[in-house]
Amino acid sequence: MIAMDNSLLLQLIIGILIGLSAGYVGSFMVLRKMSLVGDALSHVALPGIAIALLMNINPFFGAFTALLLAILIIWFLEKKTELPSETLVGIMFTLSLALGLLLTPEPELLEALSGDITKVTFFDLWLTLALSMVIIWTLKRIADNLMLGIISKELAMSLKIPIHKINFIFLFLAAFIVALGIKVAGTMLTGSLVIIPAAAAKNISVNLSQYSKWALIFGALSAAAGLLSASYFDISPGPTIILSAGMIFLGTLVFKK
Amino acid sequence: MSEVILKVKDLSVGFERDKVITGLDFSVNKGDVVAIVGPNGAGKSVLFRALLGLIPHFGQIEWARDLKISYVPQKFSIDKELPLSVEEFLKFKKKKTADIVDTLESLGIMTAKHAHHSEFHLQEHILKQRLGWLSGGQLQRVLIAWALLDNPDVLLFDEPTAGIDLGGEETIYNLLKKLHQERNMTILLISHDLNIVYKYATNVLCLNKEMICYGTPSTVLDPSSLAKLYGGEAGFYKHDRHG
Repeated sequence: MIAMDNSLLLQLIIGILIGLSAGYVGSFMVLRKMSLVGDALSHVALPGIAIALLMNINPFFGAFTALLLAILIIWFLEKKTELPSETLVGIMFTLSLALGLLLTPEPELLEALSGDITKVTFFDLWLTLALSMVIIWTLKRIADNLMLGIISKELAMSLKIPIHKINFIFLFLAAFIVALGIKVAGTMLTGSLVIIPAAAAKNISVNLSQYSKWALIFGALSAAAGLLSASYFDISPGPTIILSAGMIFLGTLVFKK
Repeated sequence: MSEVILKVKDLSVGFERDKVITGLDFSVNKGDVVAIVGPNGAGKSVLFRALLGLIPHFGQIEWARDLKISYVPQKFSIDKELPLSVEEFLKFKKKKTADIVDTLESLGIMTAKHAHHSEFHLQEHILKQRLGWLSGGQLQRVLIAWALLDNPDVLLFDEPTAGIDLGGEETIYNLLKKLHQERNMTILLISHDLNIVYKYATNVLCLNKEMICYGTPSTVLDPSSLAKLYGGEAGFYKHDRHG
């Protein structure tokens, strides 16, 4: 049983599930020009992880609580102002990083920063399976309205689409996937796990269904390639996953539409 | 006597001190083509948003019951890189491809049924294209198609021809005229172009934060009300078409 906990297969299943949902959620973050928000969000998770570690609970829940707080602030700002919320996101990001660095116990710090999927358990598997299914299913349901809101807020509102509610659900999903992704890629790199596969998919897609499909595929592919190469070379998987995604991105530039 | 479908009474939008629109009174009959004219910042688009219930307002806006209202907002710019095809965009509004093809056909965009071989490819091409790759005129037609897909009774159109060349502009207005005649559709449009207003509108609403005039183009678009509306500089013939 203990040998199974650490098996590469378990890592691969979890990694691919997270890659799939990260790619899909990321596809809309890229369209909403939230790439850097995704990056900042993953840093916001750090103090949450620290507090969870100090309280001896699963870091996922700490990360998720911190992220939930962050998306509430972002959502409120988006709703109240037309301004891009990047200044406040920038401030929030560095402040959380500072707080997180102070609070996180030294031995766990590197793990929180760069992730460690080699320590996953069966509980993580069930959590990941359930959450990825919820994320992908929910996003599929709101995808059309979300897209319409991206094209024109007024057009969406004139069709009586509850645009603020849709945006809130989307940010909620973003918080979920970032909290999950931290296990794999750590707080430093999770932003890229969400953004790079989607950016690669955008390069080669003419329509929305192609785009979603490629974002899912590239997310899963990055996770699988990164985990396998990390295991082969016996190095940390977080960075190799992101590097795999980066190579896919470079590859798609050749076929850019 | 035509059926009244919109009654606006003492409509104001904005804050106590900073009103964008004050004290508007007018009504629209079924089948009217109402052009809303006025300088930049006169509150024309704000009026549309209020009529659609998108922003808070004071006073009364009464639409007839069970009306289907379609709206095309101004400054509709699409990112060239946006991965969304014309077909997917139109399907956000109506799922059936047959309806989409019918509507495009009624707008004079070639479809497979009637077109020759070469034009068949053209139509395929339009539906499968990225929305952001369309020219200004094509995009505007697709937007009109979008607005017409669920057979609305009323069409609200903010600057139908902004950013379109002169030839394309004429086509779009002829299209609106055709829709008006064939379907007895009520159309409210915002326009900068007084020539167009003269040619196509049944009624004109001159707006500059308050209502300057309302009536048929030939009775209300006289030099004195135009001077009042545009601050004495613009004459009818001198008006900048792209202003």
